[in-house]
Amino acid sequence: MRRPDCLRLHVFGWARGIALAAVLGIAALAPAGAREAAPASADPILEAHVMRLSAELRCLVCQNETIAASHAELAVDLRNQVREMLQKGRTDAEIMAYMTDRYGDFVLYRPPLKSTTWLLWFGPALLLLGGLLALLVILRRRSHLADDRFEPEPDGEEGAVTKTTPPMPGTISPIPPR
Amino acid sequence: MKALRYLLPLALFAAIVLFLGVGLGLNPREVPSPLIGKPAPAFKLPRLDDASQTISRDDMLGKVWMLNVWASWCAPCREEHPLVVDIARRQLVPVYGLNYKDKPAAAKGWLAGLGNPYRATLVDADGRVGIDFGVYGVPETFIIDKQGIVRLKHTGPLTPEVVRERIEPLLKELNAPA
Repeated sequence: MRRPDCLRLHVFGWARGIALAAVLGIAALAPAGAREAAPASADPILEAHVMRLSAELRCLVCQNETIAASHAELAVDLRNQVREMLQKGRTDAEIMAYMTDRYGDFVLYRPPLKSTTWLLWFGPALLLLGGLLALLVILRRRSHLADDRFEPEPDGEEGAVTKTTPPMPGTISPIPPR
Repeated sequence: MKALRYLLPLALFAAIVLFLGVGLGLNPREVPSPLIGKPAPAFKLPRLDDASQTISRDDMLGKVWMLNVWASWCAPCREEHPLVVDIARRQLVPVYGLNYKDKPAAAKGWLAGLGNPYRATLVDADGRVGIDFGVYGVPETFIIDKQGIVRLKHTGPLTPEVVRERIEPLLKELNAPA
């Protein structure tokens, strides 16, 4: 089955080559703006504003891109929507509300601070705090351990003292003996 | 105390496995719609079969109906289409189509070839109504109740499970005499 296909491909290779060259030629002649479907307005300040807002909005088709970066058709449509609303004099907040009314908080790259997102916002800090707390508890417990629970000092002098001697702060062996 | 030293890491590990396992099972494409429980966005769109006639949201009040967003360029729409035909054939619910960013000729050809399950198909040529409905991945399906409230949204192709486990029970509930 493969062989005739390969042959045909070979025979018609030159035709494909010409077609490819033609396509590339046309592509080279086309204006650069044709790659972007969005009818960018002539106003650079407005365009900058559109892009600034778009960079805050998630493209729902590709999810890890903003609608400023995405080439998905929906992103282009939404950018146009943002531009149109700005031209009508809507505020940034109104535009963001328009988007969240339709797509939910998921469109926002910076999730809003509310009761359902507390864990999202403060979770990492809580984890860090918990880790520090655990570290503190372990260090304090160790500082109260008797000296003979630790490995003797390399020179052997201080490690041999009696149990009642208060331990030096910070004398911690990496692996406490069981 | 000694047991804790072994059990704690094990418990932590189990918790991480649990969270990752749940996370794997989630579908990141299924973005919760803010429209659920809210009135369907207003629209007034021409019919595919007769562009001189329009259908608006308020024309639909008083009955439970299904809005299926589709396009002839959308491959997964083709995949789910037999299910939509089946829903219409079993008269589970009146199905209306929203032909999203499509060419009327291509859309008509698609329906002629695959069968037309829709009471009417609304033409959303520029995708504006799609944006109002928060459409981001065609096909999408909405169930709207007698009061015009959106009760269910499904993103992506319908599956027999979705129809059986989510749509049919909901329709039963919505159509139950009050």
